[in-house]
Amino acid sequence: MFADASNFVLPVDNTFIFIVIICVFFLVLITGMMITFVIKYNSKKNKKAKNIHGSVPLEITWTVIPTILVMVMFYFGWTGYKSMTDAPKDSMAVDVYAQMWSWSYKYANGVESDTLFVPLNKPVKVLLHSRDVDHSFYVPAFRIKKDVIPNRTNTEWFLPTRVGSYDVLCAEYCGLRHSYMYSTVVVLPEDQYNKWIADKQAQDNDAATP
Amino acid sequence: MASETLTLHNNGHEVSYLDYQGKHKGLLGWLLSTDHKRIGILYMIGVLSFFAVGVTLGFLIRLELLTPQGTIVGPQAYNEFFTVHGIIMIFIVVIPVIPAVFGNFFLPIMLGAKDVAFPRINLLTWYLYIIGGVLILLSLVLPGGAADTGWTFYVPYSVRTGTNMIFTLTAVFIIGFSSILTGLNFLTTIHRMRAPGMDWFKMPLFAWSLYATSWIQVIVTPIVGITLLMVIVERVFHVGIFDPTLGGDPLLFQHMFWMYSHPAVYIIIVPAMGVISEIIPVFSQRTIFGYKFIAYSSLGIAVFGSLVWAHHMFATGMSDTAEFVFSLLTFLVAIPSAIKVFNWTATLYKGSIKLEAPMLYALAFIFLFSIGGLTGIIQGALNVDLYLTDTYFIVGHIHYVVFGGTGFGLFAALHYWLPKMFGRMYNKKVAKVAFWIVFIGFNVLYFPFFILGWMGMPRRSYHYLPQFQLYHVIATVGSWILVLGLLIMMVNLLVSLIKGKKITENNIWGGETLEWKVSTPPTVENFEEIPEVFDGPYEYKQNEYASMEEEVK
Repeated sequence: MFADASNFVLPVDNTFIFIVIICVFFLVLITGMMITFVIKYNSKKNKKAKNIHGSVPLEITWTVIPTILVMVMFYFGWTGYKSMTDAPKDSMAVDVYAQMWSWSYKYANGVESDTLFVPLNKPVKVLLHSRDVDHSFYVPAFRIKKDVIPNRTNTEWFLPTRVGSYDVLCAEYCGLRHSYMYSTVVVLPEDQYNKWIADKQAQDNDAATP
Repeated sequence: MASETLTLHNNGHEVSYLDYQGKHKGLLGWLLSTDHKRIGILYMIGVLSFFAVGVTLGFLIRLELLTPQGTIVGPQAYNEFFTVHGIIMIFIVVIPVIPAVFGNFFLPIMLGAKDVAFPRINLLTWYLYIIGGVLILLSLVLPGGAADTGWTFYVPYSVRTGTNMIFTLTAVFIIGFSSILTGLNFLTTIHRMRAPGMDWFKMPLFAWSLYATSWIQVIVTPIVGITLLMVIVERVFHVGIFDPTLGGDPLLFQHMFWMYSHPAVYIIIVPAMGVISEIIPVFSQRTIFGYKFIAYSSLGIAVFGSLVWAHHMFATGMSDTAEFVFSLLTFLVAIPSAIKVFNWTATLYKGSIKLEAPMLYALAFIFLFSIGGLTGIIQGALNVDLYLTDTYFIVGHIHYVVFGGTGFGLFAALHYWLPKMFGRMYNKKVAKVAFWIVFIGFNVLYFPFFILGWMGMPRRSYHYLPQFQLYHVIATVGSWILVLGLLIMMVNLLVSLIKGKKITENNIWGGETLEWKVSTPPTVENFEEIPEVFDGPYEYKQNEYASMEEEVK
């Protein structure tokens, strides 16, 4: 749906698809057996039931195999998560401010904006600040989400890999206009980004010194 | 007067608990009764009434979401709707429903006892429950507005909002006591009042599931009680426990809230699993597969389920250690549930299966609960959860587990035990038709939630982006089908209580647990003499005689 807008799209989607395939397999297995047994051993055809109290080998099988499978899932989830927490050292830092019910962004050179502009293929580290209640910084196209909690600076990083503009949503319910708390992240080629931030700074300076 | 004399002479034997006239008559005979069966029915009236309100709110939520912008109400009303819908459904419907209604009614009978250990406390729990429930309903109509925080009451918003929070929090606090006392009552009953010969592994699996549930209730409910009390203290006295502007920690609230509310998921689901463990062998007419594994897996769920609460908080920026441990344990807690599902399926093997309404609901439970459980596993993976948490994916997951699980468990239990409780049978054909409508409506309503979640639609949103509308429309149509099915089901059951065919035989379905050996409806004292128990609950010896006969031939 969103073709690789960030470096996290592929690993998250792959983990998801891997787990979904296993889940669908088990769901089909269980449902298939259920339907088969209900048809085959229907009381109309099968008047007398057979008592089977259980089977330890079977119990071990269906304990051990799912345990191994969920451990593999855990491993993919964990390694994927680790890559999301460890931001590269050369990341560009941006302060994100959340308040009821809007987002604002502040760049290293002091420039502020309501839309998040980032350069293509440069790692960006966002520092998340809340001015009131809990919010959550959510960019579906990048597969990232992190809660924004007052008195606490959570961080998150991403590498934008495709030019375009993407929705920023608030994922933690925050009151009356929570569902209107939208913003946009715009990924620009590096030269255009540099031009934007330089122009914006010049504009701000003009506004500050009339 | 004749019936009263009869009652007194034989000490309540041979008189149905429905006809019994004790010290109080009429309505008071119910409201002041300490008979576990009457209390079970009082609970049933309460729970089903609250369920009707919860369904109505859910119906209105879906109607509102038909269009991306406002459809029938404004955002404030919408926020109150989903909050009260959640509070009603979680705290006064699915948490109490199976233990308080069917546990109360059938646990003592299944154990071969005349009542629970503390009958008066049992009645007290009902009053606490009703007071709490009525307070929640009142919050909807009183000036100031109903709670608008979501059922999770997250601070700092719950400290700042101007709505009737104290009212609602007090209600949930009171209901907590009802839950704790019911848990204590059941634990004592199970430990002390089993009939002679009924050792732990001759107990029906429903009793096992209530045993595990009661421990969770007693251990974790006090945590949510005190946490909500602290939110009230914070709102009134501004002491700075949770409020960040006073130096408090909002994450502390989340930890304490989920320390209860995650195990609460198991308070919700484990009793329903107990119901399914009763119904599957009865309608397969054979012994259950892996009795001990099902029994122990309930305890496994109770233990592991109490240690996974922070998987609701993967996006809050916890330490890597916490993320690691809680994700690992979350994956492991799936295993005992999987063991149950496999054993139920294996119980169908070589059975003699009758597809009556209770069995249809039980099989649907296995299917829907499997989807609910498996979508839970998907969110156990840390990097995937960071994408899916707080989206419609989790809303779909919770409805598949809680409604597809406990809701369908409740419907199975109603169709299984209601004829026993009232001595009248519902229309079986209508029951099956209603089942299919409910089942289809349920899936049309909730399955699109997974797609919406994967597309990135945040939960608790009044307004949404236009690309999500198609799935919202499908879900809303599903809600109409579901409500239609529920209405047919409930009308069928209610009509049966008055006009249904009278049942006189004790054993309606061919079950082997003790409730099928007492009269229909049960007498006041359940048993004339306390029975002695020699066999496990699902022996079905006639199967062995049959196979022996075959061998002789």
